[in-house]
Amino acid sequence: MNIEKRFIRKDSLKKLFDALVAKNKVVYAPVTRNGKTSFRIVNDFSLISGDYIQTTQSSKEVTFPRTEKILDFEKNKDGIGVKPVDIQPVHESVIWGIRPCDAVGKGELGAIFNWDSKDEIFNARVAKTTLISFSCSRADEYCFCTSVGGNPGNTEGSDILLTLAGEGGDYLAEIITEKGGAVMAAAPELFEKDPGIEKDKYLASLPARFSHTEIRNKLDKFFESEEWARQSLRCIGCGACAYVCPTCACFDIQDESHGKSGSRVRCWDSCGFSLFTLHTSGHNPREVQSQRWRQRIMHKFSYMPERLSVYGCTGCGRCSRGCPVDMNLLEHLISIQEVTV
Amino acid sequence: MDELKNKVRELLGSGTVKVFIGYTTGTAGTKRALFAEKPEDAEGLVFDSSCIQNLAVYVTKQEVKEKGMMGISATLPVMRSLVQLARENQVSDSGIKVIGITPESRLIDFGNLSEVEKYIHQFQLEIDQKNRDMLEKLDKMTVSERWQFWLKELEPCFKCYACRAACPMCYCHRCTVEYNQPQWIPVPSHASGNLQWHIMRAVHLVGRCIDCDACANACPLAIPFNLLNKRMIEDARKHFGGYQPVLSGDHLMSTFKPDDKENFIR
Repeated sequence: MNIEKRFIRKDSLKKLFDALVAKNKVVYAPVTRNGKTSFRIVNDFSLISGDYIQTTQSSKEVTFPRTEKILDFEKNKDGIGVKPVDIQPVHESVIWGIRPCDAVGKGELGAIFNWDSKDEIFNARVAKTTLISFSCSRADEYCFCTSVGGNPGNTEGSDILLTLAGEGGDYLAEIITEKGGAVMAAAPELFEKDPGIEKDKYLASLPARFSHTEIRNKLDKFFESEEWARQSLRCIGCGACAYVCPTCACFDIQDESHGKSGSRVRCWDSCGFSLFTLHTSGHNPREVQSQRWRQRIMHKFSYMPERLSVYGCTGCGRCSRGCPVDMNLLEHLISIQEVTV
Repeated sequence: MDELKNKVRELLGSGTVKVFIGYTTGTAGTKRALFAEKPEDAEGLVFDSSCIQNLAVYVTKQEVKEKGMMGISATLPVMRSLVQLARENQVSDSGIKVIGITPESRLIDFGNLSEVEKYIHQFQLEIDQKNRDMLEKLDKMTVSERWQFWLKELEPCFKCYACRAACPMCYCHRCTVEYNQPQWIPVPSHASGNLQWHIMRAVHLVGRCIDCDACANACPLAIPFNLLNKRMIEDARKHFGGYQPVLSGDHLMSTFKPDDKENFIR
């Protein structure tokens, strides 16, 4: 559908939020606690944090929870009975206040979960999730969406994109999808005629620092480079980068049983962990951290575009902000582009 | 600063050390680790009060060790960690050269780890007042209030294990959470899994944790689980006379005696 442009007044924003809550939507919005901003279920508009460049965690947990039951099992006299989880109870959800880079991440994550087999649980959650994104009027030294094909006012992946139009606090609302249309239908009086707002004027300025297509080409001949070891010497091998990333999708399957019954649980995992590729034989094809760091970059900038036709990075910068030892992805990608093989 | 740079140039130039672990300036003025391998790399070294990462975490890292003799710029917490690591046979004089940095930013060129041990014993391992107040506040809670406090604080934990990775004392190749035959600690980051993980980690660090806060500083979600470690340090002080890292001798928690007054241990 064509993007429809409307105008939302500052004091209409709370009314829109309240209208969604009144329609029994589960609304996830950024809330700040201990100085960290993350998406939480919110019923009260005043609890939403407005002052953030980027949330600490992405919103991927709404569609890909960090811990999720996928089936129940029980040992009985006939053997083992297996009961898949019922995906019907997935709630109609709205993610409020996400950035355009996270909305792009929804597509990249979806590409992984639909690569060969279709992940029904993930898809059911995506189908019931509406994204109300907010354009970026500010960026920091970790942001690089424009280097990976995005921009601070990108509409891709969002259902509605709101752009703060100056200090008055009013918004340009772009209704992008049918789901976005349904949000507008919840409170049509709040969506006024667009007076002709020039959106670009209000977006953060963020010149591209590298080209993701050039990086991809470079990586074809970069596998054996010493640059990986040089970059990753200070990497301590935790999973913070993967867990705050909007597109990292690796998971581990665990069985939790109590007596004769239990559940199979899908849990987040990370290629940065030393045990991630450890074989039962004791052999580990990624023995040292430099090989794991290489895998992270290769997967996002070479393997994903090759196999899924999407890049695995939205330039949100969370991995760098969340890294305890300042493994700055932007800086490392620039140096990959500059180093001669 | 120039004194440190000169010292490192000299150490690398003479071949006394092959790699020197220090601090440099990272993104937006933050400080991060620098691994100097050539005398000219020393130019990037910096030191100020924002250099808080515990660099001792790198002396057990395979790729760093492989470079040969290590040098390290060591603040008091780093020195304490190195002595504890030496006590646990993870590092020795043949593998590391320590350049101490005092709280007044004075350099100390230590000849060996015994000198480091002697230096650190001038200072008590003590919890600061702010955290002592917090522990007292927790003590005054009822059991159910404290339970609620921990459930709430640990709820966001997604088990990225940055706390473990940043800790010099968590050098096990295979952590207890990674054993699944049998499964000791639940892998999922649900309430019970998170609680068991953080309690297990705190207990494994009793008598070994030197209160550097590297774990809490590394946490991307700012969870105050280091209060558990601080509680252990306080209890060790109260009931066992406290501890300091030492190069040899009995460990606080490894002094089993058949005539122990507690029955459960026999």
